[in-house]
Amino acid sequence: MQILFIVFLPLLAAIVGGLGNKALGNLAVKTLTTGALFISCALSWPIFISFLSGHAEASVTPVLHWVSSGAMQFDWALRVDTLTAVMLVVVTSVSALVHLYSWGYMDEDPDQPRFFAYLSLFTFAMLMLVTADNLVQMFFGWEGVGLASYLLIGFWFRKPSANAAAQKAFVVNRVGDLGFMLGIFGTYWVFGTVSIPAILDAVPSVHGQMIHFLGHQWDTMTVLCILLFIGAMGKSAQLGLHTWLPDAMEGPTPVSALIHAATMVTAGVFMVCRLSPMFHASPTASTFVTFIGAATCLFAATVGTTQWDIKRVIAYSTCSQLGYMFFAAGVGAYGAAMFHLFTHAFFKALLFLGAGSVIHAMHHEQDMRYYGGLRKEIPLTFYAMTAGTLAITGVGIAGAFGFAGFYSKDAILEAAFASGSEMGRFAWGMGVFAALLTSFYSWRLVFLTFFGRPRWAQSEHIQHAVHDVHGHGDHAQDDHAHDDHSHGAHGHDAHGDGTAGYHPHESPLSMLIPLGLLSVGAIFAGWVFAPHFVGLEGAAEFWKGAVIVDKELIEASEHIGFWSLAPTIVMLTGLFVAWYAYIRNPRFPALFVEQFTVVHRFLYNKWYFDELYDLIFVRPAFWIGRQFWKLGDIGIIDRFGPNGAAWVVAQGSRAAVKLQSGYLYSYALVMLVGLVGAVSWVIAR
Amino acid sequence: MTGFPILSLMLLVPLVGAVACLKASAPTARMIALVATLIDFALGVVLWSQYQIGGPQWQFTEHAAVFAGFSWKLGIDGIALMLIELSVFLMPVCIGASWTSIQTRVGEYMAAFLLMETLMIGVFTAQDLFLFYIFFEAGLIPMYLIIGVWGGADRIYASYKFFLYTLLGSVLMLIAMFWMVNNAGTSDIPTLMQYNFPVGAQKWLWLAFFASFAVKMPMWPVHTWLPDAHVQAPTAGSVILAGVLLKMGGYGFIRFSLPMFPDASVEFARLIFVLSMIAVVYTSLVALVQHDMKKLIAYSSVAHMAIVTVGLFAFNRQGLEGTMIVMLSHGLVAGALFLCVGIIYDRLHTREIDRYGGLAINMPRYALFFMVFTMASVGLPGTSGFVGEFLSLAGIWQSSTTVTLVCTTGIILGAGYMLYLYRRVIFGEQKHADTAAMPDLDMREFAMVIPLALVVLWMGIYPESFLAPMRNDIGALEARMAASRWKMANAGVHAQVKPARLAVAPSTKVGEAR
Repeated sequence: MQILFIVFLPLLAAIVGGLGNKALGNLAVKTLTTGALFISCALSWPIFISFLSGHAEASVTPVLHWVSSGAMQFDWALRVDTLTAVMLVVVTSVSALVHLYSWGYMDEDPDQPRFFAYLSLFTFAMLMLVTADNLVQMFFGWEGVGLASYLLIGFWFRKPSANAAAQKAFVVNRVGDLGFMLGIFGTYWVFGTVSIPAILDAVPSVHGQMIHFLGHQWDTMTVLCILLFIGAMGKSAQLGLHTWLPDAMEGPTPVSALIHAATMVTAGVFMVCRLSPMFHASPTASTFVTFIGAATCLFAATVGTTQWDIKRVIAYSTCSQLGYMFFAAGVGAYGAAMFHLFTHAFFKALLFLGAGSVIHAMHHEQDMRYYGGLRKEIPLTFYAMTAGTLAITGVGIAGAFGFAGFYSKDAILEAAFASGSEMGRFAWGMGVFAALLTSFYSWRLVFLTFFGRPRWAQSEHIQHAVHDVHGHGDHAQDDHAHDDHSHGAHGHDAHGDGTAGYHPHESPLSMLIPLGLLSVGAIFAGWVFAPHFVGLEGAAEFWKGAVIVDKELIEASEHIGFWSLAPTIVMLTGLFVAWYAYIRNPRFPALFVEQFTVVHRFLYNKWYFDELYDLIFVRPAFWIGRQFWKLGDIGIIDRFGPNGAAWVVAQGSRAAVKLQSGYLYSYALVMLVGLVGAVSWVIAR
Repeated sequence: MTGFPILSLMLLVPLVGAVACLKASAPTARMIALVATLIDFALGVVLWSQYQIGGPQWQFTEHAAVFAGFSWKLGIDGIALMLIELSVFLMPVCIGASWTSIQTRVGEYMAAFLLMETLMIGVFTAQDLFLFYIFFEAGLIPMYLIIGVWGGADRIYASYKFFLYTLLGSVLMLIAMFWMVNNAGTSDIPTLMQYNFPVGAQKWLWLAFFASFAVKMPMWPVHTWLPDAHVQAPTAGSVILAGVLLKMGGYGFIRFSLPMFPDASVEFARLIFVLSMIAVVYTSLVALVQHDMKKLIAYSSVAHMAIVTVGLFAFNRQGLEGTMIVMLSHGLVAGALFLCVGIIYDRLHTREIDRYGGLAINMPRYALFFMVFTMASVGLPGTSGFVGEFLSLAGIWQSSTTVTLVCTTGIILGAGYMLYLYRRVIFGEQKHADTAAMPDLDMREFAMVIPLALVVLWMGIYPESFLAPMRNDIGALEARMAASRWKMANAGVHAQVKPARLAVAPSTKVGEAR
């Protein structure tokens, strides 16, 4: 029963707040939406705790009949099992905190009701996704979060770059959705149903069967899983379909934290885990998932090391961490994948919100080259970001205590190593190398932002702020709208200390409370919940079949000896390199770039994926479209069709000239003649 | 004649209104038209509520012999019922859309619309082949008039193109009808739907009907009249053209081609698939590069109608039911999108996409509704667009996965061109002072878009209301098609036309193992 409130309160708040935004006013809409989310959150935790303690059973709450067309039957229904319970707390907690955070962050925005309504709408769609009992409702949530993401990325709709990013996110996701939809169709024709429990029960019955797809025979389960996984690749920004995620940072920072870090982008991982018996039944598909996950995890980490925009660094970091989750699922460690999803939600939301707090303090400057020395100015934000960094880099001592990522990332790497397959070892290697880079770019971010001397004087945003102290409120909106000023062209610094006389202020309480609570999650979530998610004894009992728990794999991953130290070693290495390059010897990065210009340029330009796609997809689509229109429709079809016919007729007889001018009457005449003919024929018969 | 002749009454009300409009002054004509369409809408609601789901296949039948062999026979099944509901629902919206934008010859304009309503309902209710033909062809005359008299600058060329395309099809269809009546000895549509024509003859008959329906649909490559007709037509003309007239092609396929020539339909399925696949990709890409809003939506209509044809020729329940929902949904959504274009056209008198921009700033309510219809057009789940598209494409998987794949790319391309349109019109900065000064929706416009949006969501969230009345009729058609597919699969003569996977998909074999 309470699941109905959890899911539909945010929807109600979104509708009332969104439609009544002018009538109700800022405060009412903010209170309504945030209140709804806190209630949802408060109702979710007891469900999660009851699953933790092993008292709860999986349940399905029907809501409304949806479609029945022959055997294709599906309803609106809310399923709650362990997997859903995990997602419920992640989604509602982060969402509630992000709502609260936005009170402070969006305070100067003139369009707040719309923002909060979108946030709540997103939460509703995400909850529909995680409670889905059939593939089509999952797809509903899938597309619903896509819509909310589109609206929120483009929230500052005056800004062309935001609109472009929003559209790109939607369209690239649709490429994935193509796979998802085909996967649903195939699943339906193989199993005769789209109900998830029914499909999972029937998985063994199709073992070894072949399916006819695109003119060839393939292993049924492999085709279905890969199609569905293509959907997951889109939503979870995996290599090839990842290009939308960094651009999505055009949206307000709370959106990045909620949608593009903690919840929506993990939907793909959730889907693979939800369908774990299917993926488990297809070694080929699992290998594919492992490969894509491992490749993404390394790719994104390499790009993350070179970016200057604080949000983009974290975005690539998210992309990379999602890669870890996927290869965990690929090697069969679904519990570990979900565990990393769970801990990642806390520490990545924390990092994003922390970055938002920095951006807020720095007057919407996002370029880390213009940060520096902020540790003393905004100490609470600094502590929170440090907690997040300790969590993501996986600091901890086995057997004693570790930050959240220590448990989840290590569980993934150990499982990949212990899986014994070649692809598993490959993923382990990629994962360890990515862990090194993760540690490097995460500490790089902290050192550039919070340590060293202030470098703010060069920032146009800061200069703006200093020159217009009184016009602060008006200009905040301006800054949203103009992101592409050339930085630092006319920087001057009267004070000579790199601050240009600007003093960043710590964020308001509404932003600090979420940072504090998420810090608690980032510090303790791993330590507290590891036994349940990935423990040898606890896992099977906790998951209760909601995902496949491979006891042998867990057992094996606890006995890989020396190799289990690898993540810790690379983490320390990354920390050391970052410390050396950004604190000890700040000229080092420039020297490195000089030495390896090509490599740096390649990484800095994100391996040129955007340019490549533009060249092979976007431009050709427009070009071909123009050819079809001008050459096909006008040049051929019209020319030889109606225009040609008219020409022939006009040449052929003078009577046709009349036809052209008085076509309407001629037409009526033709019809009349026909009818008279018909009628007389019927009578005469 | 059995019971109260509600169908005749629904035909009569607009006709009487039309005659009254001819002589009336402009304000009176508007009022007459509105009242007449609302009465018809109310009758439509009665019709729906009285329709017995699971009852006899043909309901509300009326029969009056006019003279030898030619009779006034009306009656509807669930499929016709739903299309009638669509027509009577859109008509008052069209009158509302013309309320202020049509200022010349208002009486005649309203009369043309009301006449068209009579003829449209006639198409869906006729149970006699020739009666159908009269309604089907005559229904285009008011449309020519609406485009030709109240249209834009190039209206003559547009209506001429419209005329040329449809002429060829109608002549062939009429000849085929003569042959059928001669062969079967009746012009009664329900009887003909059960009649088995010889396989050889079916092919020619199918092609003759195809010539007419393919143009109405419109299918690639006979689609080029549609963008011109839409661009030149006044707003309400576009709404009804996209909303109802395009559905006549689909209705023709489902009422004539499939049940009357099932063997030929199985044979020609491949042709339909090829044309539809081309249509989806081709017209979607063309839509992407349009500068004129109406042209863009017109091309998107062609792409959506291609989903209708593939769904139909999947011959299974998902395909056929999906097709019907796509038709109903497209009627609402494309109609609503043309209405949205009309709303800003009334303010600025241009359809040039680049002239707009930043409308979200001064027209936030308009932006909201435009977003709802845009999302319905790209097939977002929860809107009507999704249900139909999903079922049709799911249905086609059984016949061919390649066709499914190619047609499903429409969801990517559709998102591309619709969001690109939305972005250029609604988002961004206000570029011109005149667009910035445009007022948001007024009460009349609200009264038009709100019902449309609500029905779009209703059909997306609880499509059962719309599927239930059609279920038995589609079941009967599915059974007839299944028999034909079995027959053609075992005929052997046409082995080269009938690939194994078209008749019995290997995936079903896997399914049997469960």
